[in-house]
Amino acid sequence: MLTVNTLTKNFGVIQAVNGVSFTVEKGEVLGFLGPNGAGKSTTMRMITGFIPPTSGTAVICGHDILTDPVAAKRCIGYLPENAPSYHTMTVTDFLTFIGRIRGFEGADLLKKVDAAIEKSRLESVRKQSIETLSKGYRQRTCFAQAILHDPQVLIMDEPTDGLDPNQKFIVREMIKEMSASKAIIVSTHILEEVDAVCTRAIVIANGTVVANGTPAELRARDPQGRLDVVFRKLTMKE
Amino acid sequence: MSNLKTVNAIFKREFKSYFDSPVAYVFLVAFLVLAGFLTFGVAAFYERRQANLLPFFFWHPWVYLLLVPAATMGLWAEERRTGTIELLLTLPVTLVEALLGKFLAAWAFIGIALALTFPIVITTAWLGNPDLGAIFCGYAGSFLLAGACIAIGVFASALSRSQVISFVIALAICLFMLIIGFDPVINAVAQWGVPSAVVEGIATCSLMQHFESMRRGVIDFADITYYLGVITFMLAAAHVVTDNRKAS
Repeated sequence: MLTVNTLTKNFGVIQAVNGVSFTVEKGEVLGFLGPNGAGKSTTMRMITGFIPPTSGTAVICGHDILTDPVAAKRCIGYLPENAPSYHTMTVTDFLTFIGRIRGFEGADLLKKVDAAIEKSRLESVRKQSIETLSKGYRQRTCFAQAILHDPQVLIMDEPTDGLDPNQKFIVREMIKEMSASKAIIVSTHILEEVDAVCTRAIVIANGTVVANGTPAELRARDPQGRLDVVFRKLTMKE
Repeated sequence: MSNLKTVNAIFKREFKSYFDSPVAYVFLVAFLVLAGFLTFGVAAFYERRQANLLPFFFWHPWVYLLLVPAATMGLWAEERRTGTIELLLTLPVTLVEALLGKFLAAWAFIGIALALTFPIVITTAWLGNPDLGAIFCGYAGSFLLAGACIAIGVFASALSRSQVISFVIALAICLFMLIIGFDPVINAVAQWGVPSAVVEGIATCSLMQHFESMRRGVIDFADITYYLGVITFMLAAAHVVTDNRKAS
């Protein structure tokens, strides 16, 4: 459903992402692991068409993000890092705006907005403006925006970053509920997340993929089966 | 190529966001007070004893110079500061649609400010017998002039993530585009010994000269083309800048 083909991105002389390739199929939750600055966000921004790659491309549901960006973006739900949203709008207005841009109208639009609010557990704050909400609710508002059109591919950049344990739990539950019918990528540097939601994990360091396998396979690389040790070995140079 | 529904959705959001905070009302009041003060106070509208709006339109370029950058400075700068630009441009939206939606929202907002000056038309019609065609023409010219300033503002807003810097850049470009056609400046430059053909050529490029004839009630195809040309050029420049700098 999603094929990433040797994506490379240079910022001047700095090579942020270097030849990253992988595929994600329906029903998979791919954990995108790596230390800060490894190139996770840059890769996601290229897949979602926000920044153009220096070379390589991504194909989403058969649409190349470089040659047919609008069709590819229709298939993607994207939760950017820090969950941006228009703070002066109410939750309902914000989601209605997203729905309109996604091409929904009339009764169908209302239905989609209601469904997204219900799935993201935002019922109690739907009439509040986003600037008055706590971080967890803002995160979920942006999550609701990403799933509103029931996308086939869902891409989330650090969806649980900065949330308290209960909020993290809720977000993970939402991801699990969604996982059967979609191809999902979740970037994180929190290793517990991998066990909690992912069916497969990719470890990225200095812009290149250094491991790709199920959480159990990654674990097997360390005699004690500790994920943090494996992670350190893969991503830290002496 | 552009999907009108998408442009409309972005237009509505931007337009409504002006009224989400009291700033819009402050802006409208400032516009009307400034336009009124300059017309009645400085230009002595009543004392002229003439039933036309020449002194009213005379001040519009200077009112726009101050207020249009304030209305446009946030259009892209705020999206970049808060990171919503990443959200907007990963939706199935082309940059052209986003730019058009934002530009039209700001233009409609200034249009409302301009429309709210209608009492002066009623006043003039009550006191005398003005040429309503010329007044309409003046308003059309003023609206086009505002459109050109807004396009400059959209471009300036794309240049920076700081609203203040965007404001200053828009103000500087608008000021430059105005004074190269402002009579006192033209006369001063002509006295330096610059050939008059050059001075006139430069003045023809200014926002001021094309407004001058429309404010007097002459609609010239060349003037309309000029303003639409400036709008297109500045939006195209904003497209290039946004495309290059959206992630920075």
